[in-house]
Amino acid sequence: MKSFLDFELPIIELKEKISDLTEFMRSKEIDLSDEVNKLEHKLQVLEKKIYKQMTPWDRVQVSRHHNRPTTLDYIEELFTDFLEMHGDRMYGDDPSIVGGIGRFNNRAVTIIGHQRGKDTKDNIYRNFGMPHPEGYRKALRLMKQAEKFHRPIITFIDTKGAYPGKAAEERGQSQAIANNLFEMAALSVPIISIVIGEGGSGGALGIGVCNHLHMLENSTYSVISPEGAAALLWKDASKAKRAAETMKITAYNLKKLGIVDEVIHEMKGGAHTDLKLQALAIREALKKSLTELNLLGKEELIKHRYDKYKKIGDFSFQQGFKEEKVLVLN
Amino acid sequence: MIKGIFSQKKKYATVPPAEATSNLPTGIITKCPKCKKILYNKEINKNLKICTSCQHYFPMSAPERIDFLLDKDSFIEYDAQMISKNPLDFPQYTKKLKIDEKNTSLPEAIVTGQGTIKGYNTVIAVMDIRFRMGSMGSVVGEKITLAMERAVNKGLPFIIFTASGGARMQEGVISLMQMAKTSSAAKMLDLSGNLFISVMTSPTTGGVSASFASLGDYNFAEPGALIGFAGRRIIEQTIREELPKDFQTAEFLLEHGQLDRIISRHTMRDTLGDILSIHQGG
Repeated sequence: MKSFLDFELPIIELKEKISDLTEFMRSKEIDLSDEVNKLEHKLQVLEKKIYKQMTPWDRVQVSRHHNRPTTLDYIEELFTDFLEMHGDRMYGDDPSIVGGIGRFNNRAVTIIGHQRGKDTKDNIYRNFGMPHPEGYRKALRLMKQAEKFHRPIITFIDTKGAYPGKAAEERGQSQAIANNLFEMAALSVPIISIVIGEGGSGGALGIGVCNHLHMLENSTYSVISPEGAAALLWKDASKAKRAAETMKITAYNLKKLGIVDEVIHEMKGGAHTDLKLQALAIREALKKSLTELNLLGKEELIKHRYDKYKKIGDFSFQQGFKEEKVLVLN
Repeated sequence: MIKGIFSQKKKYATVPPAEATSNLPTGIITKCPKCKKILYNKEINKNLKICTSCQHYFPMSAPERIDFLLDKDSFIEYDAQMISKNPLDFPQYTKKLKIDEKNTSLPEAIVTGQGTIKGYNTVIAVMDIRFRMGSMGSVVGEKITLAMERAVNKGLPFIIFTASGGARMQEGVISLMQMAKTSSAAKMLDLSGNLFISVMTSPTTGGVSASFASLGDYNFAEPGALIGFAGRRIIEQTIREELPKDFQTAEFLLEHGQLDRIISRHTMRDTLGDILSIHQGG
């Protein structure tokens, strides 16, 4: 599998040219350092330009990058004494959602997140990060426990969506997600959610009702995947690139719409290029959020969350629309 | 009753949303999509929009449902003037809204208000699939939330008849967030001790089934209603097997422990009246 994305090709080509030249310089013992310096400078300009001009579709590609850090990667970087807890106490343990307890800057917290696989085998085990109802029920169990012990909840969102399968429907996928939204609304501890990859629809929101919502710069959050939207809108899944733009799914789009609190800057090329630095950026955002939310009491936290969602929506009022018109009855 | 459920099971394969819309009886006669009999609309309307030959349930418009459920002249509508904007500048969206408004005489996909059922006061919300397939955007989310808040303030029960393909794509993630908004309002309703009855009608899928529709103190459904999270085709493609005929029907959900009851249209008003009566005085 290649490690770079299509839009990065010019950068890769230039990098190769530089390394070829350096190699040539060394083997022939000729001084071409002026040339190399020029190219290095050109590379910097090019990188700046390309990463600045990333289209929504480019970001979709980065958000799905096979090396993109997952929830467990960030947990290892950000928390100490993490202990994973398993199972929903009803049906089973869903490996596509991980959760447990740990410390953030010495403070006890509960951590929950979607978990994609690292390779094919792991992906099969993790069901590609697409949870069944028991995953959502496990998450809720851990969140209720967090509330009992007054621990803030931190959730990492990274899923294509809740699993669309027969067993999932039989065990109440809708019910499980609905119940999480319902219960999360009234939890009396701070909830902070961070979209680290793909935020796929209800499956993402199922662990994402929060006081603060942050997104990594190259992550997406959407009601439907670009491919799904393209298939529905234009009967053509190949128009996903266009759908990615139309649907306004990037972190910056959602910040503008007032849905995201903070866009967390990513390393050049994406989070996968430097996990440690990326975790540091997330740590800062988390620290800031926790400090802010710390000031709120139990009731205030619930009201803060309620108001956050209450104000999302865009509508107007029609003048002269007669109520009688609605009630044309037989 | 039990016999009725079993005999209907076979007849009610899931109706794809597009088909359901086109099957709304208009004009003088209608062909039943189930038994293919030609029926007089007058007859179907008299029978609460149920096929007189095979008991197939035709979709009901929101005004029709309010008319047949509530006591005469008791309905007062809330937020009738609220209409959608186009927050994402989505191509064609404004035009589509106008067309649906013209065709349905409704400003949006839901009608909310309050009225009485058999003398019992209640807040009620009714969705209408003729408008953008009943999908939930900003207006649907806001109207449900406001209606629930009014129920809390007035100490009234809240009843919703759902009919929706899910979240409205043209409003993107704003639609998705309406799931959180309505579910949060449902939680407040719950904490205030108000009764919440959800009656799912065909279809109730996606973001609507995964939020307020599944959050009633009682979750009911009409016979044969299509209810589910993911679309049938998507599931079949994912698991690469054909699904049973009754998959995602009200009967399937009842069997899997996800519904309290299936209630026929003929007994709906009486049953709701009975439940409201039992809940009088807490």
